[in-house]
Amino acid sequence: MSTTNGYIGKSVKRVEDKRFITGHGQYVDDIILPQQTYAIFVRSHYAHAKILDVDTSIARTMPGVIAIYTGADVAHLNGVPCGWQVNFKNGDTMKEPKHPLLVADKARHVGDAIAVVIAESIEEATEAAQAVQVEYDELPCMVNAYKATQPGAPLVHDDVPNNICFDWALGNPIEEVNEALAASAHITTLEFVNQRLVPNAIEPRSYNSSYNPYTEKYTLYTSSQNPHLIRLLMCAFVLGLPEHKVRVVSPDVGGGFGSKIFHYTEEALLTWCSSKIGRPVKWTAERSESFVLDAHGRDHITKAEMGFDADGKITALRVKTFANLGAYLSTFGSCTPTYLHGTLMQGLYTTPKINVDVTGVFTHTTAVDAYRGAGRPEATYILERLISLAALEMNIDPADLRFKNFIPPFDGVDQPGYQTQVALQYDSGNYEGVLKIGLEKLGYSDVRQKQKEASKNGKLLGIGISTYIEACGIAPSAVVGSLGARAGLYELGHVRVQPTGKVSVFTGAHSHGQGHETTFAQVVADKLGISMDDVQLEHGDSDTAAFGMGTYGSRSLAVGGTAIMKSIDKIVEKGKKIAAHTLEASADDIDFASGKFTVRGTDKSVSFGDVALTAYVPHVYPKDLEPGLDFSSFYDPANFTYPFGCHIAVVEVDKETGKVSLKRFISVDDVGNIINPMIVDGQIHGGVVQGIGQALYEGAEYDEHGQLTNASYMNYCMPRADDVPMIETATQITPCPHNPLGVKGAGEAGTIGSTPAVVNAVIDALWSGGHKVKDIRMPLTSERVWTAMQL
Amino acid sequence: MSMNISLTVNGVVRSHNVEPRLLLVHYLRDILRLTGTHVGCDTSSCGACNIILNGKATKSCTLLAVQADNGEITTIEGLAKDGELHPLQEAFKECHGLQCGFCTPGMILTSVDLLQKNPNPSEMEIREALEGNFCRCTGYHNIVKAVQYGAAKMSAGNEIKLPGSENKKEAVV
Repeated sequence: MSTTNGYIGKSVKRVEDKRFITGHGQYVDDIILPQQTYAIFVRSHYAHAKILDVDTSIARTMPGVIAIYTGADVAHLNGVPCGWQVNFKNGDTMKEPKHPLLVADKARHVGDAIAVVIAESIEEATEAAQAVQVEYDELPCMVNAYKATQPGAPLVHDDVPNNICFDWALGNPIEEVNEALAASAHITTLEFVNQRLVPNAIEPRSYNSSYNPYTEKYTLYTSSQNPHLIRLLMCAFVLGLPEHKVRVVSPDVGGGFGSKIFHYTEEALLTWCSSKIGRPVKWTAERSESFVLDAHGRDHITKAEMGFDADGKITALRVKTFANLGAYLSTFGSCTPTYLHGTLMQGLYTTPKINVDVTGVFTHTTAVDAYRGAGRPEATYILERLISLAALEMNIDPADLRFKNFIPPFDGVDQPGYQTQVALQYDSGNYEGVLKIGLEKLGYSDVRQKQKEASKNGKLLGIGISTYIEACGIAPSAVVGSLGARAGLYELGHVRVQPTGKVSVFTGAHSHGQGHETTFAQVVADKLGISMDDVQLEHGDSDTAAFGMGTYGSRSLAVGGTAIMKSIDKIVEKGKKIAAHTLEASADDIDFASGKFTVRGTDKSVSFGDVALTAYVPHVYPKDLEPGLDFSSFYDPANFTYPFGCHIAVVEVDKETGKVSLKRFISVDDVGNIINPMIVDGQIHGGVVQGIGQALYEGAEYDEHGQLTNASYMNYCMPRADDVPMIETATQITPCPHNPLGVKGAGEAGTIGSTPAVVNAVIDALWSGGHKVKDIRMPLTSERVWTAMQL
Repeated sequence: MSMNISLTVNGVVRSHNVEPRLLLVHYLRDILRLTGTHVGCDTSSCGACNIILNGKATKSCTLLAVQADNGEITTIEGLAKDGELHPLQEAFKECHGLQCGFCTPGMILTSVDLLQKNPNPSEMEIREALEGNFCRCTGYHNIVKAVQYGAAKMSAGNEIKLPGSENKKEAVV
């Protein structure tokens, strides 16, 4: 795309790095406030238990204790809300039980908070918390979403029959889909579990909340992806606080991956506690708490069927999923398995009939919500496993079967967007293009040849292909509103030109690793034709950006960047009026390029810096024009953006042990225009490895008592440096037609495409050795792969 | 009961009375207010708390402060000398070896330790040396490149050689 001074499209080194590489980042746990106090929670050891008694009498007498609160103390407060209403098929609204700040009656998952102890030090709070006596009556529990819906299953909430929060469907009428499937020449069926994952951002959640009784103002420091949204939810829905007296700050945040989107009970509770004791209260999760409190991802039990005609064209797709929501509805717990999942069932294919049916189920487990990709990885996993398995079953090359079914290329400008069967209209795409690039980069026919040779030598080599599409840049507010969202989803971009021509930019998006301070500055410096050194991005503070919806769903640049572009346009337009006055010309005759306002067809010009100074020192100035050069804009997108791509994994499977070795991984991604290729590559690398983690290493394991048995870094296995190869990346660029930067979003792409690519590769390896298995449960541990080979 | 410890941290002698149960990481973070050393897990598994103690990369959550008595510590804040970044700090920036920055201090200090012992490590040696340091953001790709870059820079004086091509293909069996 066009650039005026070379910043756009360049791998500019990150401006935020200096503080991180020298140890001067500031995360919430680094903050200690005057008069600081510390909170420690008393949490349930049981997944399901009646709370008979909470005795705090001894604890209250212990050294350093300032206050102890239990469920009874906060029973009058609202619980934390869910941000999206999903309806039952019959039109009834979803079941929405209260998620209290502390539980008084029953614990509904391990880690449910029963009491909070506030003391002068963490040690004193910890010792007093251990002295709080809780008497329980343990009750039977459910951890499996399907079993929890069966008659007689213990209920998580007494007023939610069969533990069903909602049952929901999208697409063509089920009768039409059944008919199309029945008429198909071949049907591929998969029944599988998309296992529960723990996000594991490396910085544990941390909050430090203070109330100043003299100014009557509140300040909450929170490790959140969206401070403004936290302020809104906490003020308006939970505590009833005056929003204008509440400041929410998210400073440096050590990774989010979705898990720091949500409004957690601790944020509101600590704020309430601070108002009670008149001192700041701080809490940082221990990792063992993070495991059982931070919203998990995935956890779907699915049956999916894809029909094909005799030529290999897909005829229909039918999906039935039981989605585990955990014990309470998290902020986006209801929309993640529905509107972020069912709407992606078209994939990249021309499938004419689609029906997806999702039952959302409460269980006695940690809440499940958006985790990097959020519904889209689950949808992609269904489609890409099905089509690769169908290729094996029908003895067609998996690349050929995809080429046969791709939606043809369209740019969304001259050719219209593609209307799917599941509500969305894709913006622009060239799906065959990314697969062609991927196959070429791999050397597909050579590797297939090596696969044959390998099997002759007693080795199993597998190639796994996956293509993907995702809906990002969430969202047009009217569309999400009609689908049940209880918030708008736009973004704010505020550009303040200082009198010296330096530029401050304020955004409601939040960077927790994405490098916004660099990318956004590149855009602004490029569009204004100034040095990046003269641009500073401010984010993460409700007192600096007027409002904002935060960062998730790969939305920051597509939505937040566009809002900034709108403000830049306003600055240039006003700048032209000022320049015209200075240059004694008409504003219509002024061009702005490369940091200069020029009278068209002449060499008369004035610099951006001079115009800025004039705006603030308006001695010679247009009549009726306000001083200043400062604009704020909101942008509500016209559509989602639709990044897509192709991922290819090559694995070797050890026949003796079942161990999977990932030999190569190729990622071809089309995320629209790219501002900083280095940062986009970094996002892809990290996303791909997270997706590989799901395929090969990760999975939350609950036992029948509702205990998360691998709730530590000792036994929840995640990719380490020596587990993964270098990631071979390539890009194709199909600009987004409906935002001025032409960008689509790159944050989640890697995670969405990679998981099915790796699993397809292992299945492909096994078939090459004559083991015609359809599925192996993720993660594909050596034991599971070895067992599958014994069939 | 508290005990007196005396140790050198980033070249400065520090002396404090501390509780015997105080972990070294909390001594550094809460008492010395050197917050570049991070806590990411409770199990000595993530390496975000790595420091250099008596010349070796050490997880500071695994030691009590009193065990570091008389020791010499370099934390991330002490790695740059006279305002000059250490070549590995520069390498992490140059190669985009960090995103959220939380694991970065531990990654850099572990890499310092590696290159002291093995100035010219292979890709696999780098990966193995970093397996005790967890990163959720980068997929390790650019961290490995950063260590290669830092190694090249340190062994070649000021001459920087970028090892490997942008997307190195690994041989397929």
